[in-house]
Amino acid sequence: MARRDEPVTEALPRRVALTGGAALVLLLALTLGSVAVVALRAERAGALGPADWRALSFTLRQAFWSAALSTAFAIPLARALARRRFPGRAALTTLLGAPFLLPSIIAILGVIAVWGRSGWVSEALMAAGLARLNVYGMPGVLIAHVFFNLPLATRLMLQAYAAVPPERWRIAAQLGVEGRALFRLLEWPAIRAAAPGAFALVFSICATSFAIALALGGGPRATTLEVAIYEAAAVSFDLDRAARLAAVQFAVCAAAALAALALAAPPAAGFGVRLCVERWDGRGRAARAADALALALAILFLALPLAGVAARGVAGLGALTGAAGAAVWAAAGRSLAVALGSTLLTALLALPLAALVAALDRRPFAARLAEAGALTPLAASPFVIGVALFVVLRPVADPAALALPLTALVNAAMATPFAVRILAPAIRDAEADHGRLADSLGLSGWTRTRAVHVGRLRAPLGFALGLAAALSAGDLGVIALFSRPDAPTLPLLMHLLAGSRNVDAAFGAAFVLTGLAFALFLGFDRLGRGR
Amino acid sequence: MLRLLSGLILAASAAAADDRPVLTVYTYEAFLSEGSPGPAVRPLFEAECDCVLRFVGVGDGADLVARLRLEGPGAEADVVLGLDTNLTAAAAATGLFAPHGLPLPEALAVPGGWDDPLFLPFDWSWLAFVYDETRLPEPPTSFADLLDAPDDVTIVVQDPRTSTPGLGLLMWVKHLYGDEAASVWERLAPRIVTVTRSWWEAYSAFLAGEAAMALSWSTSPAWHRHVQDDDTKRAALFDDGHYLQIEVAGVLASSRQPELARRFLAFMLSEPFQSLLPTTHWMYPAIALQDGLPPAYDGLIAPETSRLFPSEDVPAIREAALAEWLDVMSR
Repeated sequence: MARRDEPVTEALPRRVALTGGAALVLLLALTLGSVAVVALRAERAGALGPADWRALSFTLRQAFWSAALSTAFAIPLARALARRRFPGRAALTTLLGAPFLLPSIIAILGVIAVWGRSGWVSEALMAAGLARLNVYGMPGVLIAHVFFNLPLATRLMLQAYAAVPPERWRIAAQLGVEGRALFRLLEWPAIRAAAPGAFALVFSICATSFAIALALGGGPRATTLEVAIYEAAAVSFDLDRAARLAAVQFAVCAAAALAALALAAPPAAGFGVRLCVERWDGRGRAARAADALALALAILFLALPLAGVAARGVAGLGALTGAAGAAVWAAAGRSLAVALGSTLLTALLALPLAALVAALDRRPFAARLAEAGALTPLAASPFVIGVALFVVLRPVADPAALALPLTALVNAAMATPFAVRILAPAIRDAEADHGRLADSLGLSGWTRTRAVHVGRLRAPLGFALGLAAALSAGDLGVIALFSRPDAPTLPLLMHLLAGSRNVDAAFGAAFVLTGLAFALFLGFDRLGRGR
Repeated sequence: MLRLLSGLILAASAAAADDRPVLTVYTYEAFLSEGSPGPAVRPLFEAECDCVLRFVGVGDGADLVARLRLEGPGAEADVVLGLDTNLTAAAAATGLFAPHGLPLPEALAVPGGWDDPLFLPFDWSWLAFVYDETRLPEPPTSFADLLDAPDDVTIVVQDPRTSTPGLGLLMWVKHLYGDEAASVWERLAPRIVTVTRSWWEAYSAFLAGEAAMALSWSTSPAWHRHVQDDDTKRAALFDDGHYLQIEVAGVLASSRQPELARRFLAFMLSEPFQSLLPTTHWMYPAIALQDGLPPAYDGLIAPETSRLFPSEDVPAIREAALAEWLDVMSR
């Protein structure tokens, strides 16, 4: 009986240690192990050339500016969203979730439709007697990255706003604190807590940018490390250089991820937290105008590219008849299978890892280490993982025949950091709220898990798996390394259709793909919320 | 999950569950999509060989060599189709190819003739900058003219590391300008809107109005005329010559059915296969067709000067030219 008096959470439950440890080892083998495999398979030592150092420099510059712009624009946007109630506010918060789920190959089409040399902005500039825009290079990369990450940064800031106790707004209103004073006293401390973490997260996401840099970078002058890795691994077959570049990328991202970890306030459980509290401030004309401007610009910036793709996508649906249509639906079926398989694998990886991170709560250093391990995929190159899997599997199996399961596996690894970041705090909170009660009742094993965690984890798990499913469905990624064209996924088929001049069908496929990604996300998210 | 995995594997291998021998051909993806030669060729060859013809698409032309080196000896392919003369020396250096051992067809019609023991040509065209005459009424008339053209004569080109026309342009500049190539790229760089991975990305950017001209082939306007009934797309005729692209195929030494592989190469140079190319691949056939070329090919440019490095000289030239190009273009 004496055992009961000991702090039970000190001892790491064996089940958690074993499963979490296994997931961590698998993840590290996929990320760090693959760099080693590729380095060993290299035929010759290929040193990093001047172009590689320029790629590093460009990677750092674009990631810095992407993060700085996303975070800076998120401040007025989050402020406006936090203190305004207006019709369509719920729709707008949903719109904020859209870019992150949007397959990047489609977002690129949208960005070009709006910002390209013959896009809407250029046409308007021409009509006003000005020059067309040239989107390729740094401008295009930044526009696309801010398109993807402004919503993410905004949501992180909104969480910070939501963390401010509602009474404080009321007290501030009763005391007549308004405008600049209110900003300094209440809003700035909240932003100050969230902004560095948002900056570091966006930085590390953009530092591994691939599809956007490849399509909008405009060639060697705007090449990221990930693009250089792809060229070394898949194009020049310079595996040694690929491994070195992958190591450099790891170092850059590890620095950013560690900073994110150190700076970020732990995210509130999921995104289901109450983002609406009653506000009394900001009734003045200037404040209203500023908020209206921030909201209008954000809506235009985020919705126009979506509208550009949707308009052509709807038109392209008409081209999905006959063979092209059958191919698109078959590919959609494959993408669905890959996404569901990947989602299951994400759950198998992320749940034990999150449990491990949460269980190590009393040992901050070990917890941070486990969490850092869970974040390694953020820094890893899917192409290095792909080549390593190819090299390892080739003697025993046909990698092309395993293309779909391998894609699901790599996608799952890529989604795991996000899932762990969403799940770990929820597990920690559930443990804090009900763990001791469960222990005092002598619950253990599955019964304890069910009593303490299942109800509380449902919503964040649904959200995390929805995210994983959508990311996997939209990923072109490693399938391109192994693919065989008689069994393409939907993003690959879209790429193939565009390459065969069947542009209308490609846009139709893009529309179907977007629908699939959103439907997967919403499906899992609703399952989690029990609706 | 296991059931899902094994289901996927079964589905992938179902195609192979057949008594007939399977001939595996690696090619680039653009050869295989709907409307391209691949789907049309397969039933024709399968009808005469009593075998299963399996195409495997591997990125773009230049990716094929990387894929072969990644797989090394024991690749599952029997035939590789879609290299060009700029890549044959690099491909031969892998030691993975076997001599084709076939006589050249009498009707062979490839500029400059043919004597490569490992590879056989299947089509060819000149590289050219394609423009829309409604948008660019006065295209440059030579490469030198392009360098001095007004600033709004923008171009889109392909990356020489991934795309065979992109590599062709690298060779074109080197063939024309030799040691001056780097400074020519410096002068060209401001008008290059973007460098794309594949031919189509560049061409679709041009069609969408992102640039005034795209690096493509002299035969590309035939597609617009034949498929879209559009006569506004033209290839700019340069009087200082055009670089040639000759696409080839070869048999891998590791093939377990070399006879079947050679039969495929012979079929590739026969009338049924070759007559498909002008209106599915938009390149000139490698043999003189019995009925000549389709009407859409009337009036295409016919450069007086063709430029082409001997394929064995390409690797050394390519390495130096690529380093120059990367240096200029990454600034």
